[in-house]
Amino acid sequence: MKTSTRQLDGVTVVDLSGRITLGEGSVVLRETVRDLIGKGEKKILLNLGDVTYIDSSGIGELVSAFTSVRNQGGELKLLKLTKKVHDLLQITKLYTVFDVKDDELAAIRSFKK
Amino acid sequence: MPLSATCGEGAVGARFPLFGWYDTLKTTGNRVSYTLDSTLDSVNTAEETAAQMAGKAGFADEDRDRISMAVREAAVNAVLHGNTYDPTKKLRISFENTGEALVIKIADEGAGLKVEDIPDPLAPENLLKQSGRGIFLMRTFMDDVQFRRLQPGTEITLIKHVRNDADRIEEAK
Repeated sequence: MKTSTRQLDGVTVVDLSGRITLGEGSVVLRETVRDLIGKGEKKILLNLGDVTYIDSSGIGELVSAFTSVRNQGGELKLLKLTKKVHDLLQITKLYTVFDVKDDELAAIRSFKK
Repeated sequence: MPLSATCGEGAVGARFPLFGWYDTLKTTGNRVSYTLDSTLDSVNTAEETAAQMAGKAGFADEDRDRISMAVREAAVNAVLHGNTYDPTKKLRISFENTGEALVIKIADEGAGLKVEDIPDPLAPENLLKQSGRGIFLMRTFMDDVQFRRLQPGTEITLIKHVRNDADRIEEAK
């Protein structure tokens, strides 16, 4: 999995691509979010538009990222789910736990000022 | 370029990638079985082989994805929780197309899985737990999931029934 980050109106957008699975993908996500929290970033938008596959370890890593940011008083939201990822979050009842957005600008505006 | 092998006469006829870490590959009739090391590479190969087998068995894309994901979850369970990446412990996987169903067995040599001890990942108090969704996903994606204690280890059997045209018409009603 590959990640790149960019800043947009005070929000850190993390563009992810590839697979978030046990092993490399999960570790990359974990370290990326940990680094952002370490830098004091508290508004994080994970763009999953190019994430082709997530397994249960990947789901666990998304949940862990969500709770880690929330425990620091921040917000972590998800952007652009593929159908596979959307269905997986529905099945696991996590779709309503995460704040999921389809439009990037609307997602940016939805973070607390 | 990886080596490959083709199942013999009477087998499912699928091509399987073969890498150096395969200990054994056996084909008997419509059944293919492997013994693999307890590594993430084995997990990925189990998943890829499942997708190939499901395709050969005639499953559509969505079911093929579900079957391969269930197999991945079972293989992760075996490698991570069962064998705990122990290089002396092996992962045994078999795929069998019975004509009526694709039957996949995945066995580890670990301490043994107590399925009844695994909490419901959909319970509100468990929703934000990092782990515990693998067996739930297997049960969601397959028609039947069975667990058998081995000495030592656990065998997980995943079954997906092949639906014929009449079934599909009936389901569409």
